[in-house]
Amino acid sequence: MSDLAATATDTRPAADTPPRAPRRPRRKHVTTAVWIVCLVVFTAVVLYPLVWMGFASFKPNHEFGSNSGLLPDDATIDNYVKVLEGVAGIPLSRFFLNSLILAVGSVIGIVISASMAAYAFARIAFRGRGLFFTVMIATLLLPFHVLIIPQYMIYRNLGLVDTFVPLLAGKFLATEAFFVFLMVQFIRNLPRDLDEAARIDGCGHPRIYVMITLPLIKPALITSSIFAFIWSWNDFLGPLLYLNSPEKYPLPLALRIFNDQTSVSDYGATIAVSVLALLPVLLFFMIFQRFLVEGVATQGLKG
Amino acid sequence: MNTTRSTIDARPVDAVRGPGGEPVARSRRRRSETIAGYVFLSPWMLGFLGLTLGPMLISLYLAFTDYDIFTSPQWIGLGNFERMMDDQKFWDSVRITLIYVVVGTPVKLAAALAVAMLLNYRSKGTGFFRSAFYAPSLIGASVSIAIVWRAMFSTDGPVDGTLSSIGIDAGGWVGDPTLVMPMMILLAVWQFGAPMVIFLAGLKQVPGELYEAAAVDGAGPWRKFRSVTLPMLSPVVFFNLLLEMIHAFQIFASAYIIGSGTGGPAGATNFYTVYLYTRAFANNQMGYAAAMAWVLLMAVGVLAFIMFRTSKGWVHYGGDSR
Repeated sequence: MSDLAATATDTRPAADTPPRAPRRPRRKHVTTAVWIVCLVVFTAVVLYPLVWMGFASFKPNHEFGSNSGLLPDDATIDNYVKVLEGVAGIPLSRFFLNSLILAVGSVIGIVISASMAAYAFARIAFRGRGLFFTVMIATLLLPFHVLIIPQYMIYRNLGLVDTFVPLLAGKFLATEAFFVFLMVQFIRNLPRDLDEAARIDGCGHPRIYVMITLPLIKPALITSSIFAFIWSWNDFLGPLLYLNSPEKYPLPLALRIFNDQTSVSDYGATIAVSVLALLPVLLFFMIFQRFLVEGVATQGLKG
Repeated sequence: MNTTRSTIDARPVDAVRGPGGEPVARSRRRRSETIAGYVFLSPWMLGFLGLTLGPMLISLYLAFTDYDIFTSPQWIGLGNFERMMDDQKFWDSVRITLIYVVVGTPVKLAAALAVAMLLNYRSKGTGFFRSAFYAPSLIGASVSIAIVWRAMFSTDGPVDGTLSSIGIDAGGWVGDPTLVMPMMILLAVWQFGAPMVIFLAGLKQVPGELYEAAAVDGAGPWRKFRSVTLPMLSPVVFFNLLLEMIHAFQIFASAYIIGSGTGGPAGATNFYTVYLYTRAFANNQMGYAAAMAWVLLMAVGVLAFIMFRTSKGWVHYGGDSR
């Protein structure tokens, strides 16, 4: 595969050279065709689990273990009908609602707290900025397992176990350095002219932050919101640690009940819930994929 | 608002009619900047002190205690660490986690780089593929995918079915202590999209002239890859390697679901973090688990240190490529 890419880079300049041009086009067509075939095959392999999952959710239970193919022999929507009733006496919509509350709460918290911290790091020259910035970056590499036990102790002593507070507090306190860093990079690339003009007009930092910076970093805010939403939606360890009552469970925990209770006999239902739990994420992704992919790219290059 | 006004006054132009002398006004400006800085930073600061630094210190203390969360911690010195030495399950979890990190991460990055180069062949029309390859990174660690993965690799599932049809009778991978690790690694490799996107952005910054120069010197594709692509990309390789390894050490949800929360079959999915969780929250041995967490932190720290130290030898920060 590396060969292909390397030849590619050498055909490009060569195609511009007139004397060799006549022989090149055909070879280029062949390479392009091979390239497309490679990509399509690879895409099919990568997306197969998702496609399989979609189809499998329509398989009746007896087909699991007998029909390993993609399409159900005898398609049915029974899995979904069964699943919508919920589990442990709690309707599925309850789990969806819990997931939604947590995800939206996370988005709000992260957008506010991370953008404030990022503004301070990127636009305010205060004593200790360099030190705190380094510390913030270092927390990116910190394995969170060092924190879960004492955090659990703290929340337990505050009587906050089995509430959403432990799952949201960190989001409102910008503990996820990824988001702060993403926004710092974005703000640093903005021209300072507007800020300067606003300062001369007598604006303080709070007004510059609200009136100028926030509107300008909208793309970074959108990227962060989507990541925040999806990570919260998929989070398993947090709810596993802090939530005890099933009516407070978000989807990942509900999925675990399904998986534990029914996996032996009821693959279909478990897969159907998995599909439903992933659906919002995949939809989000399809709508906003450009923001996400570009967010990751900037993050990496400037780190 | 007052503070900013004095900031403006501090400018030389206005200094003439400014109430205080120049130096006073400037130091006042600096102080007001510092105050504003800390105001804006206060949520992060609170989070850092209360949810990161504070807990780190508490867990460092707990690592030297016997603590079951119901009674107060008892200082036992190095007791937890000594117990760890004799704990076979601990060493097993270290072993499988290391295998997962050391095998899984390079394979994942190799796949990421290969596909990034494939995509970099042309700049147009790759958007769809890039997004399609990225999607698994976003959902791969979720419970849903762990469940699907388990179904796919179970006895007579699609993987077993396909392998059987070509004459390989491996059976289900999920219940097999030797096959469950390759299955976990495949799940990690499947999420190659995030490092791939970063590689791709890096590849786009390699100046084309370098390849032209190499071609003039008669370099073949492999030589170009070795002598141009890899050195130019080494900062990105370094970044991806560091981040992905640290990330791999922390695998939890997939292992927990695939192993049904017990680390099964035969302890083959008892990854470090799963074992840590079990000790802390199922066995109420918070002190022991805190000690384990600090061992993990030290291991990650040493790894990062070694990587940064050795990076001077293989990471190439070219002056002209910025």
